[in-house]
Amino acid sequence: MIYWHVFLAFFIPNIIGYGGGPAIIPLIENEVVGHYGWMSSQAFAETLALGNTLPSPIATKMAGYIGYDVAGVPGALIATFATVAPSLLLMLAAMGTLYRYRDSIKVKSMSQWVRPVIMVLMGYLTWTFLVTSIAEAGIVHTAVIGGIAAALLLATRLHPAFVVMAGLAYGAAFLG
Amino acid sequence: MLKTQGKLFVAFLRIGLLGFGGGPSMIPLVHQEVVKRHAWMSDDEFADTLAIGNTLPGPIATKMAGTVGYRIGGLLGCLNAVIAVIVPVILAMIALLGLFTRYSDQRWIQGMSEGVVPVVMVMMSQLTWDFFAKSRIGLGWIVTLLMGAVAGALIYWLGIHPGLVIGAVLVTALLRPERRSKATRQETAK
Repeated sequence: MIYWHVFLAFFIPNIIGYGGGPAIIPLIENEVVGHYGWMSSQAFAETLALGNTLPSPIATKMAGYIGYDVAGVPGALIATFATVAPSLLLMLAAMGTLYRYRDSIKVKSMSQWVRPVIMVLMGYLTWTFLVTSIAEAGIVHTAVIGGIAAALLLATRLHPAFVVMAGLAYGAAFLG
Repeated sequence: MLKTQGKLFVAFLRIGLLGFGGGPSMIPLVHQEVVKRHAWMSDDEFADTLAIGNTLPGPIATKMAGTVGYRIGGLLGCLNAVIAVIVPVILAMIALLGLFTRYSDQRWIQGMSEGVVPVVMVMMSQLTWDFFAKSRIGLGWIVTLLMGAVAGALIYWLGIHPGLVIGAVLVTALLRPERRSKATRQETAK
């Protein structure tokens, strides 16, 4: 049963997630934190942060790790399979048919129409992280770290991985 | 045969290990390996494959890896390329987070995992803004906010699964009459 749930938790976000990896993140959070309760939102944030310091697609990293965390090696395999296989198999099987629609306005408008919904999910996830952070680290530390992170990300061209490391370092020094 | 599989593996391993910033930012690396270095595809074929990949949901990097792998080395090539691009980093991820969990009773490790939440919050708010900005170009800000508000009410107020809401939006986008909306024309023209 757990394997079936792991499959569903990653299959659903990836089969509706138009807009690449980032669009899939709030959908995965909705399943693993909201629906199944496998992780706290702090643990999810931590996974996402460390995932962002490593290369390769974020969706498969999240799937591999969360699948492993929930149900061991089979869980990792199932979650990764559910992430990669459905759209890839569809692509290989229907290459010819899809070729005709590659410039279709309707198909292009699909990802355009989904964006506002993803935007709301992301906004809500931002809010969840804010609430979590205030509860765990307190409002002052949240404001300081958030302010520094925003300044670094917006004003400098610093790679996000370094900003994540700065957050980790701050936490180790002042929140421990 | 074996040599091709080896080359495929090395090419996609390189893409996986150098591709910081998630799937979409890896596309230039895929292009570099597939078109420039190995000439497995022409520029046009690559552009078509990418366009077809974008008609489907899910991560783009693995769709590209799988399709290129399948064309060069059949089913084995498909598996080979996908594994090369994702598995090493998944193992690194499990090791890294495993280490974290193992020492999670240490106060400073706990502090680290608290300190990183506001950073992720800022990144997520940046993504939210990105999606708003892109959506505003395509649909206009009124439609974007209206659709966002309706979706938010359905998901968070009525408790409808976001998958159903997105599914409904996708079906509507596909089934609506052919007449082009002004917004779509603008985005297509770009």
